[in-house]
Amino acid sequence: MRKNQFIEKVIHGIFLLLGLITVGCVLLITVYLVISGIPAIREIGLIDFLFGKEWASTAEEPKYGILPFILTSIYGTAGAIVIGVPIGFMTAVYLSKLASPKVKSTMQSAVSLLAGIPSVVYGLVGMLILVPGIRKLFSVPDGASLLAAIIVLAIMILPSIIKMSITALDAVPKEYEDASLALGATPVETYFRVSVPAAKSGIAAAVVLGVGRAIGEAMAVMMVAGNAANMPNSIFQSVRFLTTAVSSEISYSGGLQRQALFSIALVLFLFIMLINAALNFFLKREKE
Amino acid sequence: MKKIFALMMTAVLALSVLTGCGSKEEAGSVTTDGSTSMEKVIGALGESFQNETGISFTYNPTGSGSGIKAVQEGRCDIGLSSRDLKAEEKETGLGATVLAYDGIAIIVNPENPVSDLSLETIAKIYTGEIVNWSDVGGNDSEIVLIGREAGSGTRDGFESITDTEDICQYRQELTSTGDVITTVSQNPAAIGYASVASVKDSVKALTVDGVAATEETIKDGSYVVQRPFVLVTKTDGELSDAAFKFFTYITSADANEIISAAGVVPAN
Repeated sequence: MRKNQFIEKVIHGIFLLLGLITVGCVLLITVYLVISGIPAIREIGLIDFLFGKEWASTAEEPKYGILPFILTSIYGTAGAIVIGVPIGFMTAVYLSKLASPKVKSTMQSAVSLLAGIPSVVYGLVGMLILVPGIRKLFSVPDGASLLAAIIVLAIMILPSIIKMSITALDAVPKEYEDASLALGATPVETYFRVSVPAAKSGIAAAVVLGVGRAIGEAMAVMMVAGNAANMPNSIFQSVRFLTTAVSSEISYSGGLQRQALFSIALVLFLFIMLINAALNFFLKREKE
Repeated sequence: MKKIFALMMTAVLALSVLTGCGSKEEAGSVTTDGSTSMEKVIGALGESFQNETGISFTYNPTGSGSGIKAVQEGRCDIGLSSRDLKAEEKETGLGATVLAYDGIAIIVNPENPVSDLSLETIAKIYTGEIVNWSDVGGNDSEIVLIGREAGSGTRDGFESITDTEDICQYRQELTSTGDVITTVSQNPAAIGYASVASVKDSVKALTVDGVAATEETIKDGSYVVQRPFVLVTKTDGELSDAAFKFFTYITSADANEIISAAGVVPAN
């Protein structure tokens, strides 16, 4: 008996250690980002940094305003949500409630495959097909734009939205739907009036997850957005996201420029923390 | 590219640890300071020099101006400058030896009928003074300016040669030469720049003032979108043994292969 208890304790300890590794990584990254992100903000000034409209990090008189990046990230993510959520949500309703088992399994594996495609592939396809396509379709001089990034992001967030919504819709008790049907509602009425409201916090969580994925994406948008540090005044404009602002300049940067890039990363990190908090909020509500 | 290079350097370093110091150790060290654009070429040279002689080599990427100052003040053995020395700098007792030439090709889509531009026109295009290809003898379409990200050596080179520092109206800022070439090859209205060595057939390199970019025209100076990579030394003071060895090594014909591999045209 004693030996068994000892082994139990050892294994318990090992699990704890493994768990602590994850927590340790999060802490390490957080602390590192805060420490390396604060100095530049202090030097540039929080207001000038967050609300400055001009970014010219290597100019004679450098300007470090990241408002264009913040707005671009917000607009880009919002655009992706506007396009991606209706498509993803309807797909989820169809797969969860209407589709025959055969169609469901085929489409679900297609969705999983979409989730598994590396972002650089999305970027490459976007660069070679979407960007020239936008240029020709809208007869603009260049297709690398906010619109291209929005479309790529919308496709990239589809799998998270679909999977999460399906889980939420599948979890709606069958009795609710049966009761609705028994009262004379048609199946489609039942899905939209009963199933969807019952699953709404799960679906909200799916949307938040999509937002998180879109705002954190760097590689694919870097290849299609053009990366000029413009204010996003038009969807055909070349823009730079928070993520791409960091990744495009970090390799050659030095001094205050490098510190400012860490500050951008810190801002991005705060955005993602907020999104995670929202996600937890919705998930908790769903459980209750 | 820089990352790949850094990885290679790391690999070489790691290997040299494994083989247990095959090269003979020698006292002394060489310090260099200056142009960030020269990082790639001087890094490659320093690495191979270090492997061959065992003399340690350091490079401090501070910028051409700081590098020249560092030599004047005796803070380093050899200064690195990606521009010619000014007359007043030469008067303070500095000598310049050209190590290599960095040629930058101006590229357009192969469909573009324009095949020659003057340096002045290129500057006007990049600053947004000329916005339509028809103004320079091309089709009636808006010019799409493709450039590199802030901090890139090629961007710094292009902007300093065309005298358009910080005023280029880029439509796209891409992070690698390959991306610039791909983007230009995709868009008939695009113009971009890339180091001469990396230009491919998918794009058309323009002649500038009627001169095509080749190794010869870059070397003799007739192709104007180019700049020298200069080694700056004191004319009165003597170099240390180690620094002299390094200087001789990198200006010898043996180093040409390494210099070419770094994408620039060797001068010696």
